[in-house]
Amino acid sequence: MHLSSKHLLGIRELLPGDINLILETARQFKDVLQRPIKKVPSLRDVTIVNLFYENSTRTRISFELAEKRLSADTINFSANGSSVSKGETLLDTVNNILSMKVDMVVMRHGATGAPHFLAKHIPSAIINAGDGINEHPTQALLDALSITERLGDLKGKKVAIIGDIMHSRVALSNIYLLTKMGAEVTLAGPPTLIPKYIRESFNLNVTYNVKEALEWCDVANVLRIQLERQNQVLFSSLREYNQAYGITKRLLQSLSKEVVIMHPGPINRGVELDSDVADSGQSIILDQVENGVAVRMAVLYLLSGRKDG
Amino acid sequence: MKGIKTIMEEDQLKLTLKRLAHELIEKHYPFTDTCIIGIQPRGIPVSDFISQYIKEVHPEVEVNYGKLDITFYRDDFRGEIRIPNITELPFSIENKKIVLIDDVLYTGRTIRSAMDALLDHGRAKKVELCILVDRKFSRELPIQPDYVGKSIDSIVTQKVKVMWGDEKKVILYDSI
Repeated sequence: MHLSSKHLLGIRELLPGDINLILETARQFKDVLQRPIKKVPSLRDVTIVNLFYENSTRTRISFELAEKRLSADTINFSANGSSVSKGETLLDTVNNILSMKVDMVVMRHGATGAPHFLAKHIPSAIINAGDGINEHPTQALLDALSITERLGDLKGKKVAIIGDIMHSRVALSNIYLLTKMGAEVTLAGPPTLIPKYIRESFNLNVTYNVKEALEWCDVANVLRIQLERQNQVLFSSLREYNQAYGITKRLLQSLSKEVVIMHPGPINRGVELDSDVADSGQSIILDQVENGVAVRMAVLYLLSGRKDG
Repeated sequence: MKGIKTIMEEDQLKLTLKRLAHELIEKHYPFTDTCIIGIQPRGIPVSDFISQYIKEVHPEVEVNYGKLDITFYRDDFRGEIRIPNITELPFSIENKKIVLIDDVLYTGRTIRSAMDALLDHGRAKKVELCILVDRKFSRELPIQPDYVGKSIDSIVTQKVKVMWGDEKKVILYDSI
Protein backbone atom coordinates (compact mmCIF):
# COMPACT_ATOMS: atom_id res chain seq x y z
CA MET A 1 0.00 0.00 0.00
CA HIS A 2 1.22 3.45 -0.91
CA LEU A 3 -0.04 6.97 -0.82
CA SER A 4 -1.05 8.05 -4.31
CA SER A 5 1.40 10.95 -4.13
CA LYS A 6 5.13 11.11 -3.55
CA HIS A 7 4.77 14.38 -1.64
CA LEU A 8 2.30 15.83 0.81
CA LEU A 9 1.73 19.24 -0.73
CA GLY A 10 -1.88 19.63 0.27
CA ILE A 11 -5.06 17.77 1.08
CA ARG A 12 -6.24 18.88 -2.35
CA GLU A 13 -3.91 16.31 -3.98
CA LEU A 14 -4.99 13.40 -1.76
CA LEU A 15 -7.64 10.76 -2.39
CA PRO A 16 -10.06 9.70 0.37
CA GLY A 17 -8.16 6.39 0.50
CA ASP A 18 -4.91 8.26 1.23
CA ILE A 19 -6.56 10.14 4.07
CA ASN A 20 -7.89 6.93 5.61
CA LEU A 21 -4.47 5.30 5.25
CA ILE A 22 -2.74 8.19 7.04
CA LEU A 23 -5.31 8.25 9.86
CA GLU A 24 -5.16 4.48 10.32
CA THR A 25 -1.35 4.52 10.44
CA ALA A 26 -1.44 7.48 12.83
CA ARG A 27 -3.61 5.48 15.25
CA GLN A 28 -0.92 2.79 15.38
CA PHE A 29 1.75 5.42 16.01
CA LYS A 30 -0.39 6.91 18.73
CA ASP A 31 -0.24 3.51 20.36
CA VAL A 32 3.56 3.56 20.06
CA LEU A 33 3.60 6.95 21.82
CA GLN A 34 1.85 5.46 24.89
CA ARG A 35 4.64 2.94 25.47
CA PRO A 36 7.52 3.28 27.88
CA ILE A 37 9.90 3.40 24.89
CA LYS A 38 8.25 5.85 22.52
CA LYS A 39 10.56 5.25 19.63
CA VAL A 40 10.67 2.88 16.66
CA PRO A 41 13.62 2.32 14.31
CA SER A 42 11.62 2.69 11.07
CA LEU A 43 13.41 5.72 9.63
CA ARG A 44 16.89 5.22 11.01
CA ASP A 45 18.37 5.40 7.49
CA VAL A 46 16.54 8.61 6.58
CA THR A 47 17.69 12.20 6.99
CA ILE A 48 15.10 14.97 7.11
CA VAL A 49 15.54 18.72 6.91
CA ASN A 50 13.01 21.00 8.58
CA LEU A 51 12.98 24.10 6.47
CA PHE A 52 11.13 26.89 8.26
CA TYR A 53 10.92 30.21 6.47
CA GLU A 54 8.17 31.30 8.85
CA ASN A 55 7.86 31.22 12.62
CA SER A 56 6.31 28.18 14.23
CA THR A 57 6.23 26.54 17.64
CA ARG A 58 3.78 23.67 17.58
CA THR A 59 4.28 22.47 14.04
CA ARG A 60 8.02 22.61 14.21
CA ILE A 61 8.34 20.88 17.56
CA SER A 62 5.74 18.35 16.51
CA PHE A 63 7.55 17.49 13.28
CA GLU A 64 10.88 17.34 15.03
CA LEU A 65 9.53 15.05 17.71
CA ALA A 66 7.83 12.84 15.10
CA GLU A 67 11.14 12.52 13.25
CA LYS A 68 13.01 11.65 16.42
CA ARG A 69 10.40 9.08 17.45
CA LEU A 70 10.96 7.42 14.08
CA SER A 71 14.74 7.44 14.59
CA ALA A 72 15.40 9.71 11.60
CA ASP A 73 18.32 12.14 11.56
CA THR A 74 17.16 15.74 11.46
CA ILE A 75 18.53 19.12 10.52
CA ASN A 76 16.76 22.31 11.46
CA PHE A 77 16.87 25.33 9.27
CA SER A 78 15.22 28.66 9.92
CA ALA A 79 15.41 31.58 7.57
CA ASN A 80 16.42 33.95 10.35
CA GLY A 81 20.15 33.92 10.72
CA SER A 82 20.78 31.89 7.55
CA SER A 83 22.14 32.75 4.11
CA VAL A 84 18.61 33.64 3.05
CA SER A 85 19.31 37.07 4.51
CA LYS A 86 22.29 37.31 2.13
CA GLY A 87 19.96 36.82 -0.79
CA GLU A 88 20.21 33.11 -1.55
CA THR A 89 17.23 31.80 -3.50
CA LEU A 90 14.94 29.09 -2.18
CA LEU A 91 16.04 26.59 -4.81
CA ASP A 92 19.74 27.25 -4.19
CA THR A 93 19.30 26.84 -0.45
CA VAL A 94 17.45 23.56 -0.87
CA ASN A 95 19.83 22.16 -3.47
CA ASN A 96 22.76 22.94 -1.21
CA ILE A 97 21.11 21.12 1.66
CA LEU A 98 20.15 18.16 -0.53
CA SER A 99 23.69 17.78 -1.84
CA MET A 100 24.55 16.81 1.73
CA LYS A 101 22.41 13.71 1.21
CA VAL A 102 19.10 14.66 2.74
CA ASP A 103 16.14 12.43 1.91
CA MET A 104 13.06 14.40 2.88
CA VAL A 105 12.11 18.03 3.23
CA VAL A 106 9.55 19.42 5.66
CA MET A 107 8.80 22.95 4.67
CA ARG A 108 6.95 26.01 5.87
CA HIS A 109 6.98 29.10 3.72
CA GLY A 110 5.16 32.39 3.66
CA ALA A 111 4.60 32.21 -0.09
CA THR A 112 1.67 30.22 -1.37
CA GLY A 113 2.85 27.39 -3.64
CA ALA A 114 6.48 27.37 -2.48
CA PRO A 115 6.48 23.59 -1.78
CA HIS A 116 4.74 22.92 -5.09
CA PHE A 117 7.47 24.85 -6.87
CA LEU A 118 10.14 22.91 -5.03
CA ALA A 119 8.48 19.58 -5.83
CA LYS A 120 8.97 20.29 -9.53
CA HIS A 121 12.69 20.88 -9.12
CA ILE A 122 14.03 18.45 -6.56
CA PRO A 123 13.83 14.64 -6.28
CA SER A 124 13.20 14.39 -2.50
CA ALA A 125 9.83 13.91 -0.88
CA ILE A 126 8.37 17.21 0.33
CA ILE A 127 5.94 17.69 3.18
CA ASN A 128 4.14 20.99 3.33
CA ALA A 129 4.07 22.36 6.88
CA GLY A 130 2.09 25.41 5.78
CA ASP A 131 2.45 27.60 2.71
CA GLY A 132 1.16 31.17 2.80
CA ILE A 133 -2.62 31.26 2.86
CA ASN A 134 -2.94 28.01 0.90
CA GLU A 135 -2.72 24.75 2.86
CA HIS A 136 -1.51 23.19 6.09
CA PRO A 137 -2.25 19.54 5.38
CA THR A 138 -0.91 17.89 8.55
CA GLN A 139 -3.05 20.22 10.65
CA ALA A 140 -6.19 19.12 8.82
CA LEU A 141 -5.17 15.49 9.24
CA LEU A 142 -4.64 15.85 12.97
CA ASP A 143 -7.93 17.72 13.25
CA ALA A 144 -9.61 14.81 11.47
CA LEU A 145 -7.96 12.28 13.78
CA SER A 146 -9.10 14.29 16.82
CA ILE A 147 -12.69 14.47 15.52
CA THR A 148 -12.85 10.74 14.81
CA GLU A 149 -11.57 9.99 18.31
CA ARG A 150 -14.42 11.95 19.85
CA LEU A 151 -17.23 11.29 17.40
CA GLY A 152 -16.32 8.33 15.17
CA ASP A 153 -16.43 8.34 11.37
CA LEU A 154 -16.24 11.74 9.65
CA LYS A 155 -19.05 10.98 7.24
CA GLY A 156 -22.14 13.07 7.96
CA LYS A 157 -20.52 14.98 10.83
CA LYS A 158 -21.28 18.68 11.00
CA VAL A 159 -18.25 20.91 11.35
CA ALA A 160 -18.36 24.69 11.70
CA ILE A 161 -15.19 26.54 10.81
CA ILE A 162 -15.32 29.87 12.59
CA GLY A 163 -13.26 33.02 12.19
CA ASP A 164 -10.60 34.20 9.80
CA ILE A 165 -11.28 31.90 6.84
CA MET A 166 -9.59 34.18 4.34
CA HIS A 167 -6.08 34.11 5.78
CA SER A 168 -6.23 30.61 7.15
CA ARG A 169 -4.43 27.70 5.52
CA VAL A 170 -5.86 25.53 8.28
CA ALA A 171 -9.35 26.41 7.04
CA LEU A 172 -8.63 25.53 3.43
CA SER A 173 -6.98 22.20 4.25
CA ASN A 174 -9.84 21.37 6.61
CA ILE A 175 -12.42 22.23 3.95
CA TYR A 176 -10.71 19.98 1.40
CA LEU A 177 -10.42 17.13 3.88
CA LEU A 178 -13.89 17.32 5.38
CA THR A 179 -15.67 17.60 2.04
CA LYS A 180 -13.63 14.70 0.63
CA MET A 181 -14.56 12.54 3.60
CA GLY A 182 -18.25 13.34 3.42
CA ALA A 183 -18.59 15.68 6.39
CA GLU A 184 -20.78 18.80 6.21
CA VAL A 185 -19.06 22.16 6.57
CA THR A 186 -20.40 25.57 7.53
CA LEU A 187 -18.25 28.68 7.51
CA ALA A 188 -18.97 31.36 10.08
CA GLY A 189 -17.43 34.72 10.88
CA PRO A 190 -17.41 38.31 9.74
CA PRO A 191 -18.36 38.74 6.06
CA THR A 192 -15.04 40.46 5.39
CA LEU A 193 -13.12 37.33 6.38
CA ILE A 194 -15.15 34.78 4.39
CA PRO A 195 -14.10 35.05 0.75
CA LYS A 196 -16.71 34.46 -1.90
CA TYR A 197 -14.42 32.20 -3.95
CA ILE A 198 -14.05 29.63 -1.17
CA ARG A 199 -17.76 29.60 -0.42
CA GLU A 200 -18.68 29.20 -4.06
CA SER A 201 -16.04 26.74 -5.23
CA PHE A 202 -16.89 24.29 -2.44
CA ASN A 203 -20.57 25.13 -2.31
CA LEU A 204 -20.52 25.54 1.46
CA ASN A 205 -23.07 26.93 3.90
CA VAL A 206 -22.15 30.31 5.28
CA THR A 207 -23.53 32.19 8.23
CA TYR A 208 -22.48 35.46 9.78
CA ASN A 209 -24.11 34.47 13.04
CA VAL A 210 -21.80 32.38 15.20
CA LYS A 211 -24.59 31.19 17.48
CA GLU A 212 -26.47 29.80 14.51
CA ALA A 213 -23.35 27.90 13.40
CA LEU A 214 -22.86 26.51 16.90
CA GLU A 215 -26.49 25.38 17.16
CA TRP A 216 -26.03 23.47 13.90
CA CYS A 217 -22.66 21.81 14.35
CA ASP A 218 -21.15 18.83 16.20
CA VAL A 219 -17.67 20.33 16.14
CA ALA A 220 -16.55 23.96 16.03
CA ASN A 221 -13.06 24.58 14.69
CA VAL A 222 -12.23 28.08 15.88
CA LEU A 223 -9.49 29.79 13.91
CA ARG A 224 -6.93 32.27 15.05
CA ILE A 225 -7.31 35.86 13.97
CA GLN A 226 -4.12 36.25 11.97
CA LEU A 227 -3.11 39.76 12.82
CA GLU A 228 0.24 39.38 11.07
CA ARG A 229 -1.39 38.69 7.72
CA GLN A 230 -3.80 41.61 7.75
CA ASN A 231 -2.71 44.71 5.98
CA GLN A 232 -6.15 46.25 5.87
CA VAL A 233 -8.81 46.72 8.46
CA LEU A 234 -11.35 43.91 8.09
CA PHE A 235 -13.07 44.34 11.44
CA SER A 236 -13.13 47.34 13.69
CA SER A 237 -11.39 46.10 16.83
CA LEU A 238 -10.40 42.93 18.64
CA ARG A 239 -12.86 43.76 21.40
CA GLU A 240 -15.67 44.11 18.94
CA TYR A 241 -14.64 40.88 17.21
CA ASN A 242 -14.84 39.10 20.56
CA GLN A 243 -18.28 40.57 21.24
CA ALA A 244 -19.70 39.49 17.89
CA TYR A 245 -17.81 36.34 16.95
CA GLY A 246 -15.82 35.17 19.97
CA ILE A 247 -16.71 31.87 21.61
CA THR A 248 -17.66 32.55 25.22
CA LYS A 249 -18.83 30.24 27.95
CA ARG A 250 -22.16 32.06 28.10
CA LEU A 251 -22.67 31.49 24.38
CA LEU A 252 -21.96 27.75 24.71
CA GLN A 253 -24.27 27.47 27.74
CA SER A 254 -27.11 29.00 25.77
CA LEU A 255 -26.99 26.14 23.22
CA SER A 256 -29.23 23.11 23.35
CA LYS A 257 -26.31 20.66 23.06
CA GLU A 258 -22.62 20.29 23.80
CA VAL A 259 -20.32 21.21 20.95
CA VAL A 260 -16.71 19.97 20.67
CA ILE A 261 -14.32 22.94 20.47
CA MET A 262 -11.08 22.81 18.45
CA HIS A 263 -8.43 25.43 17.78
CA PRO A 264 -5.21 25.01 15.77
CA GLY A 265 -3.25 27.30 18.10
CA PRO A 266 -1.78 29.66 19.04
CA ILE A 267 -4.90 30.99 20.76
CA ASN A 268 -5.58 34.68 21.07
CA ARG A 269 -7.26 34.27 24.42
CA GLY A 270 -10.17 36.64 24.83
CA VAL A 271 -10.40 37.33 21.10
CA GLU A 272 -11.68 34.32 19.14
CA LEU A 273 -11.83 32.04 22.18
CA ASP A 274 -12.31 32.82 25.86
CA SER A 275 -10.02 31.20 28.40
CA ASP A 276 -12.75 29.36 30.27
CA VAL A 277 -13.85 27.70 27.00
CA ALA A 278 -10.33 26.85 25.84
CA ASP A 279 -9.58 25.14 29.14
CA SER A 280 -12.96 23.38 29.52
CA GLY A 281 -13.83 19.71 29.01
CA GLN A 282 -15.51 20.54 25.71
CA SER A 283 -12.21 21.65 24.26
CA ILE A 284 -9.97 19.04 22.60
CA ILE A 285 -7.20 21.52 21.82
CA LEU A 286 -4.50 19.62 23.68
CA ASP A 287 -5.65 16.31 22.14
CA GLN A 288 -5.07 17.96 18.78
CA VAL A 289 -1.50 18.77 19.74
CA GLU A 290 -0.92 15.22 20.97
CA ASN A 291 -2.37 13.76 17.78
CA GLY A 292 -0.13 16.04 15.73
CA VAL A 293 2.94 13.97 16.52
CA ALA A 294 1.24 10.67 15.57
CA VAL A 295 -0.15 12.10 12.33
CA ARG A 296 3.22 13.51 11.31
CA MET A 297 4.90 10.20 12.11
CA ALA A 298 2.39 8.50 9.84
CA VAL A 299 2.98 10.92 6.98
CA LEU A 300 6.77 10.70 7.26
CA TYR A 301 6.62 6.91 7.48
CA LEU A 302 4.31 6.52 4.50
CA LEU A 303 6.35 8.86 2.31
CA SER A 304 9.75 7.51 3.33
CA GLY A 305 9.56 4.37 1.23
CA ARG A 306 9.80 6.09 -2.09
CA LYS A 307 13.37 7.21 -1.82
CA ASP A 308 14.27 6.67 -5.43
CA GLY A 309 10.81 7.20 -6.91
CA MET B 1 0.48 -21.50 -7.89
CA LYS B 2 2.65 -24.27 -9.26
CA GLY B 3 4.03 -27.44 -7.70
CA ILE B 4 1.62 -27.38 -4.79
CA LYS B 5 2.37 -29.96 -2.12
CA THR B 6 0.23 -30.32 0.97
CA ILE B 7 2.40 -30.60 4.07
CA MET B 8 -0.39 -30.85 6.60
CA GLU B 9 -4.05 -31.69 6.18
CA GLU B 10 -6.62 -30.17 8.51
CA ASP B 11 -6.65 -33.12 10.92
CA GLN B 12 -2.91 -33.14 11.30
CA LEU B 13 -2.75 -29.34 11.55
CA LYS B 14 -5.16 -29.36 14.48
CA LEU B 15 -3.36 -32.24 16.12
CA THR B 16 -0.03 -30.44 15.80
CA LEU B 17 -1.44 -27.18 17.20
CA LYS B 18 -2.88 -29.09 20.16
CA ARG B 19 0.46 -30.79 20.73
CA LEU B 20 2.20 -27.40 20.75
CA ALA B 21 -0.37 -26.18 23.29
CA HIS B 22 0.31 -29.20 25.48
CA GLU B 23 4.05 -28.57 25.29
CA LEU B 24 3.42 -25.03 26.51
CA ILE B 25 1.18 -26.34 29.29
CA GLU B 26 3.83 -28.86 30.32
CA LYS B 27 6.43 -26.17 30.65
CA HIS B 28 4.43 -23.13 31.74
CA TYR B 29 1.39 -24.28 33.72
CA PRO B 30 -0.29 -22.39 35.47
CA PHE B 31 0.83 -19.48 33.24
CA THR B 32 1.12 -16.96 36.08
CA ASP B 33 4.47 -15.60 34.90
CA THR B 34 4.00 -16.44 31.23
CA CYS B 35 2.60 -14.38 28.37
CA ILE B 36 1.69 -15.82 24.99
CA ILE B 37 2.22 -13.33 22.18
CA GLY B 38 1.28 -13.86 18.54
CA ILE B 39 3.18 -12.03 15.82
CA GLN B 40 1.02 -9.94 13.44
CA PRO B 41 -0.41 -10.77 11.03
CA ARG B 42 0.12 -14.43 10.23
CA GLY B 43 1.07 -15.69 13.67
CA ILE B 44 -2.31 -14.64 15.04
CA PRO B 45 -4.44 -17.59 13.86
CA VAL B 46 -1.83 -19.94 15.37
CA SER B 47 -1.66 -18.09 18.68
CA ASP B 48 -5.47 -17.70 18.74
CA PHE B 49 -5.88 -21.45 18.39
CA ILE B 50 -3.24 -22.31 20.98
CA SER B 51 -4.40 -19.82 23.64
CA GLN B 52 -8.02 -20.86 23.06
CA TYR B 53 -7.14 -24.52 23.38
CA ILE B 54 -5.18 -23.96 26.60
CA LYS B 55 -8.27 -22.27 28.05
CA GLU B 56 -10.42 -25.22 27.00
CA VAL B 57 -8.14 -27.77 28.60
CA HIS B 58 -7.46 -25.69 31.68
CA PRO B 59 -10.42 -23.36 32.22
CA GLU B 60 -9.06 -22.54 35.68
CA VAL B 61 -6.01 -20.64 34.39
CA GLU B 62 -5.90 -17.10 33.11
CA VAL B 63 -3.61 -16.93 30.07
CA ASN B 64 -1.96 -13.58 29.34
CA TYR B 65 -2.44 -13.36 25.61
CA GLY B 66 -1.27 -10.50 23.38
CA LYS B 67 -0.59 -9.56 19.78
CA LEU B 68 2.55 -7.86 18.56
CA ASP B 69 2.96 -5.85 15.37
CA ILE B 70 6.49 -5.56 14.04
CA THR B 71 5.98 -3.37 10.96
CA PHE B 72 8.01 -0.46 12.31
CA TYR B 73 10.90 -2.75 13.23
CA ARG B 74 11.41 -4.57 9.94
CA ASP B 75 14.73 -4.31 8.14
CA ASP B 76 13.22 -4.86 4.68
CA PHE B 77 10.43 -2.28 4.62
CA ARG B 78 12.07 0.38 2.48
CA GLY B 79 11.11 -1.42 -0.70
CA GLU B 80 7.47 -1.79 0.21
CA ILE B 81 5.69 0.24 2.86
CA ARG B 82 3.58 -2.09 4.95
CA ILE B 83 0.53 -1.04 6.81
CA PRO B 84 0.79 -1.73 10.52
CA ASN B 85 -1.59 -4.01 12.39
CA ILE B 86 -2.71 -3.59 15.96
CA THR B 87 -0.34 -4.24 18.83
CA GLU B 88 -2.33 -5.43 21.81
CA LEU B 89 -0.40 -6.17 24.97
CA PRO B 90 -2.88 -5.67 27.83
CA PHE B 91 -0.26 -6.55 30.46
CA SER B 92 3.28 -5.65 31.42
CA ILE B 93 5.95 -7.97 30.07
CA GLU B 94 8.42 -6.81 32.69
CA ASN B 95 10.08 -9.88 34.22
CA LYS B 96 7.65 -12.27 32.47
CA LYS B 97 8.39 -15.35 30.42
CA ILE B 98 7.30 -14.69 26.87
CA VAL B 99 6.34 -17.25 24.25
CA LEU B 100 6.41 -15.68 20.79
CA ILE B 101 4.25 -17.50 18.25
CA ASP B 102 4.45 -17.34 14.46
CA ASP B 103 3.33 -19.58 11.62
CA VAL B 104 6.52 -20.10 9.59
CA LEU B 105 10.17 -19.67 10.58
CA TYR B 106 12.34 -19.05 7.54
CA THR B 107 15.23 -16.53 7.55
CA GLY B 108 14.71 -15.52 11.18
CA ARG B 109 14.44 -11.82 10.29
CA THR B 110 10.83 -11.51 11.38
CA ILE B 111 11.73 -12.94 14.78
CA ARG B 112 14.67 -10.56 15.06
CA SER B 113 12.26 -7.66 14.45
CA ALA B 114 9.78 -9.15 16.89
CA MET B 115 12.38 -9.32 19.63
CA ASP B 116 13.29 -5.67 19.07
CA ALA B 117 9.61 -4.70 19.15
CA LEU B 118 8.98 -6.79 22.25
CA LEU B 119 11.91 -5.42 24.22
CA ASP B 120 10.65 -1.88 23.60
CA HIS B 121 7.72 -2.83 25.82
CA GLY B 122 9.93 -3.82 28.73
CA ARG B 123 12.53 -6.27 29.91
CA ALA B 124 11.20 -9.80 29.68
CA LYS B 125 12.71 -12.45 31.90
CA LYS B 126 12.93 -14.95 29.07
CA VAL B 127 11.75 -15.14 25.47
CA GLU B 128 10.88 -18.43 23.79
CA LEU B 129 9.81 -19.12 20.25
CA CYS B 130 6.98 -21.39 19.14
CA ILE B 131 6.66 -22.08 15.41
CA LEU B 132 4.14 -24.08 13.42
CA VAL B 133 6.39 -24.78 10.41
CA ASP B 134 10.17 -24.60 10.60
CA ARG B 135 11.97 -24.36 7.25
CA LYS B 136 15.27 -25.96 8.11
CA PHE B 137 18.66 -24.86 6.75
CA SER B 138 17.40 -21.46 5.58
CA ARG B 139 18.28 -19.20 8.50
CA GLU B 140 20.10 -15.92 7.89
CA LEU B 141 20.34 -15.14 11.60
CA PRO B 142 21.23 -17.30 14.60
CA ILE B 143 17.64 -17.90 15.74
CA GLN B 144 16.17 -21.30 16.63
CA PRO B 145 12.69 -22.24 17.83
CA ASP B 146 11.95 -23.81 21.22
CA TYR B 147 8.69 -25.46 20.10
CA VAL B 148 8.28 -26.76 16.56
CA GLY B 149 5.09 -28.02 14.92
CA LYS B 150 6.75 -29.53 11.91
CA SER B 151 10.20 -29.25 10.35
CA ILE B 152 10.43 -29.30 6.60
CA ASP B 153 13.11 -29.22 3.92
CA SER B 154 12.51 -26.57 1.27
CA ILE B 155 14.44 -24.53 -1.25
CA VAL B 156 14.64 -20.77 -1.72
CA THR B 157 12.18 -20.61 -4.61
CA GLN B 158 9.49 -22.40 -2.61
CA LYS B 159 7.01 -20.80 -0.25
CA VAL B 160 5.03 -22.13 2.68
CA LYS B 161 1.50 -20.98 3.29
CA VAL B 162 -0.80 -21.80 6.16
CA MET B 163 -4.42 -21.60 5.03
CA TRP B 164 -7.12 -20.83 7.61
CA GLY B 165 -10.14 -20.61 5.32
CA ASP B 166 -12.87 -23.24 4.99
CA GLU B 167 -10.20 -25.73 4.14
CA LYS B 168 -7.46 -25.52 6.73
CA LYS B 169 -4.10 -26.88 5.64
CA VAL B 170 -0.41 -26.09 5.15
CA ILE B 171 0.96 -26.08 1.62
CA LEU B 172 4.36 -25.78 -0.02
CA TYR B 173 4.50 -24.30 -3.53
CA ASP B 174 6.90 -22.89 -6.12
CA SER B 175 6.96 -19.10 -6.10
CA ILE B 176 8.36 -18.77 -9.63
